[in-house]
Amino acid sequence: MFYREAGDFTTNYAEDNQTFPIRLDRMGYYATMIVAFCVVPFFINDYWASAVLLPFLIYAIAAIGLNILVGYCGQVSLGSGGFMAVGAYASYKLMTSFPDMSMIIVVLLSGLITAMVGAAFGLPSLRIKGFYLAVATLASQFFLVWLFNKVAWFYNYSASGQINAPERTVLGFVITGPNAAPAVTYLFCLAFAVGLAWLARNMTRSNTGRRWMAIRDMDIAAEIIGVNPLGAKLSAFAVSSFYIGVAGSLMFTVYLGAVEVGEAFGITKSFLLLFMVIIGGLGSIFGSFAGAAFMVLFPVLLKNVLVGQLGWATNIAAHFEFVIVGGLIVIFLIMEPHGLAAIWRVVKEKLRLWPFPH
Amino acid sequence: MKLTKIAAIAAAAMTVASPVLADLVFPSLSYRTGAYAAGGIPFADGYADYMTMLNERDGGIGGVMTRVIECETGFSTEKGVECYESTKGEGALVYQPLSTGITYQLIPKATADGIPVHSMGYGRTSAANGKVFRNVFNYPVNYWNGASIAVNHLLDINGGDISGKKVALIYHNSAYGKEPIRTLQELAKKHSFELTELAVDHPGQEQKSQWLQIRRERPDYVLMWGWGVMNQVAIQEAANIRFPMENFIGVWWSGAEIDVLPSGDASHGYKALAFTGVGADYPIYAEIQKYVVDTGKAAGDGNQLGTVIYNRGLYAAMLAAEAVRKAQEISGKMQIVASDMRDGMEALEITEERMTELGMPNFGPTFKVSCENHGGPGTAAVAQWDAGAKKWNLITDFASSDMSVIQPLIDADSAAYAAENNITPNCN
Repeated sequence: MFYREAGDFTTNYAEDNQTFPIRLDRMGYYATMIVAFCVVPFFINDYWASAVLLPFLIYAIAAIGLNILVGYCGQVSLGSGGFMAVGAYASYKLMTSFPDMSMIIVVLLSGLITAMVGAAFGLPSLRIKGFYLAVATLASQFFLVWLFNKVAWFYNYSASGQINAPERTVLGFVITGPNAAPAVTYLFCLAFAVGLAWLARNMTRSNTGRRWMAIRDMDIAAEIIGVNPLGAKLSAFAVSSFYIGVAGSLMFTVYLGAVEVGEAFGITKSFLLLFMVIIGGLGSIFGSFAGAAFMVLFPVLLKNVLVGQLGWATNIAAHFEFVIVGGLIVIFLIMEPHGLAAIWRVVKEKLRLWPFPH
Repeated sequence: MKLTKIAAIAAAAMTVASPVLADLVFPSLSYRTGAYAAGGIPFADGYADYMTMLNERDGGIGGVMTRVIECETGFSTEKGVECYESTKGEGALVYQPLSTGITYQLIPKATADGIPVHSMGYGRTSAANGKVFRNVFNYPVNYWNGASIAVNHLLDINGGDISGKKVALIYHNSAYGKEPIRTLQELAKKHSFELTELAVDHPGQEQKSQWLQIRRERPDYVLMWGWGVMNQVAIQEAANIRFPMENFIGVWWSGAEIDVLPSGDASHGYKALAFTGVGADYPIYAEIQKYVVDTGKAAGDGNQLGTVIYNRGLYAAMLAAEAVRKAQEISGKMQIVASDMRDGMEALEITEERMTELGMPNFGPTFKVSCENHGGPGTAAVAQWDAGAKKWNLITDFASSDMSVIQPLIDADSAAYAAENNITPNCN
């Protein structure tokens, strides 16, 4: 009943190739965009922005970035926490060195700096694969965290080694610092998330993306058909790091405001991002959003239900969160090893036939 | 449809219900899980039990009931932000997050929202300058006092001269652990001792290489800024290399029973700073037993009574409650709001008579907060662990620190913060 193609005719190549070929899907997408951009900003408050929507959008950007590397290009990375730190510290240095720079430029430049660092750490991928590459990227994670702890220049020689985001504006709107309105910070992150997701979607079905997937599926075959592994792998590392750097930058400047590298960008963050990508679905943009929602929003939801509604003790609730989230991860991966994106695909298939499956 | 119904319930659950304001709300950003729960649990229990006792015994403060809202942070700053945002709308009077990282996060946010932050013996040290940090208090003591008091203790036991001695600082590699370094460097210059800094990464279970270095360099003294599981591991490692325990001094967050008990007799003689009394030998414990424990209202498992960190939770709650009384007195109304609370904290005076009245004689220092000084007197004592009797003993009086070194550092750091954030220091 839902998702019928009947009557949905495509008459040219562009229509044939659109991201959402089925009309209902397309409508849903437009509706989501309208609600996200035009309705939510009017109803958002501090709690929804800082505790729910900002982390979701920022983690979604990071998950898309990691998905490009792991899901599309097949290169395992455990260094994403370190790359987020690069984005955050680059923003801090840019914000404090050039107080008049627009936040949009700061975030994009932080992404570019991270892209360069990421490409440099991607060099070993030309020689090593799989678990060995994972270990090499793990080294980058530890090296970067150590670097930002050790070299005082990165945190402007502050006594505690913390970095604090000063107040900065875009077009007169305060974006960072405590006086930023929740609607403004939300729209700022939403614009980045939507823009980058759109870019990623189109990149992955272009020449670049097909090269990544060729490398992922079989690198020797890809080389034989003329894909340059150097270019493909390094571009995947660079693009992926750009996304992760933007996410790190937004996380520090807009979301947290004060950051300590070991705590905010430690190895646990790398694992969190990897879990998001795996649970969401490797090689899927929607999966990146779904994975981020599952790993970030679900614990908040559980906490509010268990503590807020049911009145459980906070420690029991916190432990049960681990149990429930962990249990669901196992169940999901047994039921559908390809993640939430695959579940969504199956649901759509079923809905197309419903209520007459035969 | 079933799905939409679930989604609606979920959406409703995400928004936090905000009941009407009819009580004094104290959010407790606690951590009863994770690597730092060993310290988080007793503190949260002490804090909650004191407030429960006030409700049970006196019917709240000035006739208004207290309400502690617990929110689990797991010592993570991201969850700390979530907890802050979810509780601030409930009429929160003061935040005491017991985490330097979360304190740094809350300083700008809470200042913008007009809610005071009380980082008791932690947090940003330069918040002692109330002219810059109008909403942040860190009385009665801060890390720089602690560093100085530890060095003073070394001076005492060495007859006033520690020049040429080697002192190692083993610290949690975070804002918390890094706080004392600058003061210790200044003090090293002043007293010409040699300072070695050894960082331990979160969570602190892995310290083999640091202690190997200590074994190689053989420092005369080791100072520790540790928290959570890091403390137990450090003391165990010190015992393993047979480092003399009486030369090993922890800050006040590295000196609880749970830190020393795992290494048994080997930890005998370990020292730690303390800014509150130790043990359960105070009249207030009878009240807590009667009104809280016996009525079955104790927070958590109710098994933390009398421990060092529990006492500190009691002390934090007591200071908050006294500030509420002061605020009620100043504003003339019983149901105060956060801005009244700030004024109350700034006018807070703790006298020996008052502490005795509260059943906590000699529990902490006497002091008076002012706008110029949000940091209190900065006094602490040295406690030593007696592994045989399994108890802490204060071996010195509450001593003050070398403010001639610390005050210039506070002024410089707060001036830097004021310049970064366009704050004009003033007291109005």
